[in-house]
Amino acid sequence: MKVNTMAEWMANGEAPEILFWVGCAGSFDARAQKITKAFATILNAVGIKYAILGKEEACTGDPARRAGNEFLFQMMAYNNIQILNGYGIKKIVTTCPHCFNTLKNEYPELGGHYEVIHHTTLLQQLIDEGKIKLKEGGTFKGKKISYHDSCYLGRANQIYEAPRKVLEALDAELIEMKRCRSNGLCCGAGGAQMFKEDEPGNKRINIERTEEALSTGASVIASACPFCNTMMSDGVKNKEKENQVQVLDIAELIAASLA
Amino acid sequence: MQYIPQLLFVALCFAAIYFFAKKAGEIKRNILLGREEDLSGNSSQRWKNVLLLALGQKKMFKNPLVAFMHFIIYAGFIIINIEVLEIVLDGIWGTHRLFAAPLGNVYSWLINAFEFLAVSVIIVCVVFLIRRNVIRIKRFTSKDLNGWPKSDANYILITEIILMSLFLTMNACDTSQTFFFSSFFKPAFNGVSEHGLELTERTCWWLHIIGIFAFLNYLPYSKHLHIILAFPNAYYARLQPQGQMNNMQEIQKEVLYAMQPELAPTNAEAQVPPKKFGAKDVFDLSWKNLLDAYSCTECGRCTASCPANITGKVLSPRAIMMKTRDRLEEVGKIINTNGSFTDDQKTLLRDHITEEELRACTTCNACVEACPVSISPLDIILQMRRYLIMEESNAPQEWNSTFSNIENNFAPWKFAPDDRDLWAKEI
Repeated sequence: MKVNTMAEWMANGEAPEILFWVGCAGSFDARAQKITKAFATILNAVGIKYAILGKEEACTGDPARRAGNEFLFQMMAYNNIQILNGYGIKKIVTTCPHCFNTLKNEYPELGGHYEVIHHTTLLQQLIDEGKIKLKEGGTFKGKKISYHDSCYLGRANQIYEAPRKVLEALDAELIEMKRCRSNGLCCGAGGAQMFKEDEPGNKRINIERTEEALSTGASVIASACPFCNTMMSDGVKNKEKENQVQVLDIAELIAASLA
Repeated sequence: MQYIPQLLFVALCFAAIYFFAKKAGEIKRNILLGREEDLSGNSSQRWKNVLLLALGQKKMFKNPLVAFMHFIIYAGFIIINIEVLEIVLDGIWGTHRLFAAPLGNVYSWLINAFEFLAVSVIIVCVVFLIRRNVIRIKRFTSKDLNGWPKSDANYILITEIILMSLFLTMNACDTSQTFFFSSFFKPAFNGVSEHGLELTERTCWWLHIIGIFAFLNYLPYSKHLHIILAFPNAYYARLQPQGQMNNMQEIQKEVLYAMQPELAPTNAEAQVPPKKFGAKDVFDLSWKNLLDAYSCTECGRCTASCPANITGKVLSPRAIMMKTRDRLEEVGKIINTNGSFTDDQKTLLRDHITEEELRACTTCNACVEACPVSISPLDIILQMRRYLIMEESNAPQEWNSTFSNIENNFAPWKFAPDDRDLWAKEI
């Protein structure tokens, strides 16, 4: 399977339907790469003409901005917008809610106007349109799945339904945690916390959240953010439950259930 | 002689309104010490927020039982104020139950409704006192509330109970009229002479209205100010998606001119450097942040939902708001004394809010979502983080590495930028 970059599409004189913004975690983090590959596999299976920026993609600047480094954010944004506008990008899909939020809400003011959708929304659309065909009695049929809301998808952008609709398509048993949707508890990674040690406290946030997820008795914790995925996976390992409970992105669940 | 009570009453009215207006003026002045932020436009959406969030208390209904009880106090408080109109007019004209004759049957119906509310308010206030002091619900026992804030909350509830009891006693002792709820108190006054009843009725009448005026003047010093400021605060609530951070145009421009020097203005006037990046003190925050601080009721729903606070970090979004108000009041006092602000060698950062608090935030927006009166503690935290990084280069070492990785490797980790699409070759 070949994943074409924007530069390659342009060289062939063609334009893709959509740009897949991979994000730093999806590009470099070994665990998150699996999410990226799963999503690319789905796009391929559906036959959507998509491109990546490849080496031309750079951090959106989200963690820098939230840590307080507006200069660095503005530099990253400037360069990314130059590249995106240079290719005349109209539509972007991303597997990272942080990239999603920045591209969708923060780039327009800086001159970057795109239709930006999160991969869970695209997956829901593709399922609704019948373009994604799932196996009868797939791997997750009847399994207990608990979905962990990402802050940057949920409260930040009011996307609560799309990931749940996708999970419903798996015929799984969806179990909500007590703190879900707009009351969802953060995994602990946002606001550039991912990149530093916790401040002193009596517990790590990801442990608090993982305990809540495990208490549902679910065998799969579903995530829609590579950082949430890391945090919840670490939590499950910390609780020594990695043999019983999987932490999987919505894209991975779908990719594993393709007909 | 007979006009003395009326004159006294009018004097009392004027004094109460004068002192309240003076303090309200100071609060307005303090709020306007904040930086400009344009929150005009979208008036239809804004009025909708006033209706839903302030008047309808939509967010309170995440916990329906508490919302219901809060609504009773609120409705009781507002609706019984219609009765205050009559009390004030009676006080000025020296009349007794001015509205009784013209309204006829409707009048006793109205007063019966007010009495029903008064009884309900007393019951709910007792329940709220129990929640705060006996059941000790977690958000009310937090150290955020040690000292004055805890007393403040109790004073308000006790005052409400006293005011409502005076209203009911006053009605019970009124020989000219009988109302449903207060009639149950009548037996308590059996054997009291006509004169004694009248004296009690008058005493309650005066204490009730003095109590209301006192309460009005207590408001600006209390967390209870939210009963007024929740409305403007809902009107000026941010309308953009919660995830969107405010843009810093001055930095956007600097970066643009660095990248495209040909766009930089050449006249010296345009090159005046901006005064400060981010917020160190209340003056650097926007007026909306300061309005937020005065609107906070210290209910602690934000802190109860904060992941950092839940896991034992020092950050408490409620404390961020309380400290902002404390600092603003401190600044206000200096202005009251000196006529203008003179440096007191203190700032919001460090003298009130510590770096550790600011660094613990995950920007998850749980506090913003939880607030019933549209406050954003997150907005203050992020502006102060900007100050730490951009004015003081003050970041934990790991963040400095993250910044340098983003700048040089285009990712927060130290990977070779050329490996960004390596995954694509492994499918």
